[in-house]
Amino acid sequence: MSYIPHTAAETRQMLAEIGVGSIDELFDAVPEAYRFPRLELPPPMSEMEVAAEMLAISEANDHAGDYAIFRGAGAYHHFIPSVVNHILLRGEFYTAYTPYQPEISQGTLQATYEYQSMMCALTGMDAANASHYDGATSLAEAVTVALEVTRHKRRKIILSHAIHPQYREVVRTYHQGRDIRIIGDRGRGDVIELVEMLDENTAMLAIQYPNFFGQIDNIAVLADAVHEVGALLVIVANPMALSLFRSPGELGADIVVGEGQPMGVPLSYGGPYLGYFAIRQKYVRKIAGRIIGETLDADGKRAFVMTLRPREQDIKRERATSNICTNQGLMALSASVYMALMGKNGLRRVGELNYHKAHYAADRIDRLDGYAVNTGKTFFNEFVLSCPRPVAETNRALLEEGIIGGYDLGQNYFHLEDHMLVCVTETNSKDEIDRLVEVLGGLG
Amino acid sequence: MDGLQPLIYDIGAPGRVGVNLPEPDVPEAELPTELLRDDLPLPEVGELQVVRHFVKLSHLNYSIDKGFYPLGSCTMKYNPKLNEDAARLPGFAQLHPLIEETGAQGALYLMYELQRWLGEISGFEAVSLTPAAGAQGEFAGILMIRNYHLDQGEGQRDIILVPNSAHGTNPATVTMAGMRVRELPSNDQGNVDLDSLRAACQGELRDQIAGMMITVPSTLGLFESTIHDVIDIVHEAGGLMYMDGANMNALMAVVKPGELDFDVMHYNLHKTFSTPHGGGGPGSGAVGVNAKLKDYLPGPIVDIIEEEDESGAPLYGYVMPGKSIGRIKAFQGNFGMHLRAYAYIRVYGDTGIRDVTRYAVLNANYLRAKLMQTYKLPYPRYCGHEFVLEGHFDEVEEVHALDISKRLMDYGFHPPTNYFPLIVPEALLIEPTETEVKEDLDAFVEAMESIAEEARTDPELLLNAPHSAPVRRLDEVRAVKELILCCAAAVPAAGD
Repeated sequence: MSYIPHTAAETRQMLAEIGVGSIDELFDAVPEAYRFPRLELPPPMSEMEVAAEMLAISEANDHAGDYAIFRGAGAYHHFIPSVVNHILLRGEFYTAYTPYQPEISQGTLQATYEYQSMMCALTGMDAANASHYDGATSLAEAVTVALEVTRHKRRKIILSHAIHPQYREVVRTYHQGRDIRIIGDRGRGDVIELVEMLDENTAMLAIQYPNFFGQIDNIAVLADAVHEVGALLVIVANPMALSLFRSPGELGADIVVGEGQPMGVPLSYGGPYLGYFAIRQKYVRKIAGRIIGETLDADGKRAFVMTLRPREQDIKRERATSNICTNQGLMALSASVYMALMGKNGLRRVGELNYHKAHYAADRIDRLDGYAVNTGKTFFNEFVLSCPRPVAETNRALLEEGIIGGYDLGQNYFHLEDHMLVCVTETNSKDEIDRLVEVLGGLG
Repeated sequence: MDGLQPLIYDIGAPGRVGVNLPEPDVPEAELPTELLRDDLPLPEVGELQVVRHFVKLSHLNYSIDKGFYPLGSCTMKYNPKLNEDAARLPGFAQLHPLIEETGAQGALYLMYELQRWLGEISGFEAVSLTPAAGAQGEFAGILMIRNYHLDQGEGQRDIILVPNSAHGTNPATVTMAGMRVRELPSNDQGNVDLDSLRAACQGELRDQIAGMMITVPSTLGLFESTIHDVIDIVHEAGGLMYMDGANMNALMAVVKPGELDFDVMHYNLHKTFSTPHGGGGPGSGAVGVNAKLKDYLPGPIVDIIEEEDESGAPLYGYVMPGKSIGRIKAFQGNFGMHLRAYAYIRVYGDTGIRDVTRYAVLNANYLRAKLMQTYKLPYPRYCGHEFVLEGHFDEVEEVHALDISKRLMDYGFHPPTNYFPLIVPEALLIEPTETEVKEDLDAFVEAMESIAEEARTDPELLLNAPHSAPVRRLDEVRAVKELILCCAAAVPAAGD
């Protein structure tokens, strides 16, 4: 019976103890007409049959194990050291529940506290939570925090159009029941245009760093303008880029959110990932999600515990600002192990590898006839490439040569038809890049 | 101040790196110095140091792999190792979420089948796998109800009824969706009080009722024999019925919520369908609906785009339902959890899935029958997959449910859920799940009996418990007062 260990003899003993003749009698309270329906499911399978089927299904996908991949757009193929997966596979971590009983959960609690610490280090903030579902939902939660901080007296939310299109969709989904106005995200404006939208009714302004097009916008002046009207500056940042570039904290952000996947989490077709959420500590009581804090036990020993609990849904119920219950605990652990392994020097080197390889690729492709790289702004590991043919057609041709090409920007931006967002990471060898250049050249 | 294990920031040495990285194989580009950061305050630790650090931390955790975890409402069943291996297959782990649909036919097929199976198990017409957790499934469900009423020209319907025994996520969800909560009392059987429900649905608020959220079986682990009446009363008032599917482990192939006339429910793949809890997540909270709400599902959902022909398999692809509430997370949901749930259902199949529920309910009733001899059982009837006890004793008033829970740690068990549901004083909510053997259930009963004895003879043992856990009880007030949320070494020097 698969994962059910009962012998017939044990079942009989247990039924006798309960005082019933059969298990089915225990369901008497279920309305009879509806009790025990037949289910149209496939028949049971043994472990080895399921393993074989899973392998077959997995191979019916074009994945980065078989192809050279140049696609990012919010999910990145980075090198993950073996240690990460070995720690993740420890049953002590992945088969544990939320650490509501801190005496027997110090492993999860300390690892999460260290995760919070390392996210603070990357973002330049002084507080972080234990994570949200993903980058998009972290941004949606940041909106709630901005509305709370400005006491629900302000109704305007400014989002840059250069924030990931799906993140902007999620913000709209989350806040459709609220009386607020979301602007900026359907334009094509640059940072200056966003600043012009600021007024006394603005609760927050959010930009992405690097933006969805891989570029580092000039945002040095942004914080002052936002703070002048009493709004919050929210920066959506790729943590990998923060290995090199000035931290959002340094740039004056009040909240920093983003997708933690680049920190040791595999692509996994879009999830599970983790949404990190860092904030200035003065606002920390307004945020949703689990937070781990340091304290002492009865013997004066340092230990960790979930703190500021009265904010959460199980205590505050209808007065909670979010219904979030879980965090992405195991993914936060991945990020923790990854950042610890890379450390101060390793992460910087990975960042540099990304930068050098992306610039090498951009430089070579830009020389091809018919292609043009947008080099107007500094970029990290992604750049916008104008192609001589439709992106879908280009990508079909690349696929035949064993290459997964860039993201088709025309899907989300009308003015960027025939433009591809190319991503190059440390995993792309020079040979792969040269091959990409060669195949693109042949199509030109 | 010493802890059990030094912090990652307190080990290591300047210049140490825990990973062996390659030299650049391309010419180096010039870095934009003026845009770069000066300092990156991360630890500097060697590879073996990192391994030992996290292995030592792991030893401080209790887990299903280590022992019995009767945490009510959380369904801490065995997480099959097979599923972990499957999730790490390169074709899944290294699949980019924005790959063309033609390049993800394996993944799309799997999601399509899982949608279908979940729909079949719950009796719903359509399922979206996008919600990242149960709470997100709830949020999606309540938004669907809201938008349905808006489209009917009944936007004034903004009250969601919630029993006082509900999970905290239920009322929090309602607020998040911009709607209002009205709490309903329970009767002495732990069921929704029908008179109060009628009063709410038939009184002056009648045309403001948007719907009701209810957990089946109830959060007390009981099947409500009046569930039909509850559903009818709400429907008659024009409201829709939301089922919180957290307790689906008590229902599989026993009853289909869709056939009971529920309109929408969420599933917790990390409870019922064995995907690991991961120390707090990831969850996965698919949502199922009937025909009425089908067009409102969060998207994208998977469908057949081109039917199968002589040349081979059908083509699967994404569709956004016509009146969708929208996208609730980036990409397509927690796919890594979808594939584990798929493998889990595949193992049991049509003839086996009912056994999951049957043996979960058998184990719970066995514990109930044994423990009611020592502990107060507020609702003395057959239970579903879990049951609630009162964790206190008349003759030793100073001992509380929390003390019993902490003492259980000394016996090598994870405590039950404490103080939930809120309607039972000193609640201990116990859910054994179907994967536990009788020997372990018996050992748990013995521990509970011996703790009850200790409470009478030596209550200090309980009040100061745990004695053998890695740490003793924590000063939670200090944690809030001091508010130390990250290592000092991680934060840039003071002054913005």
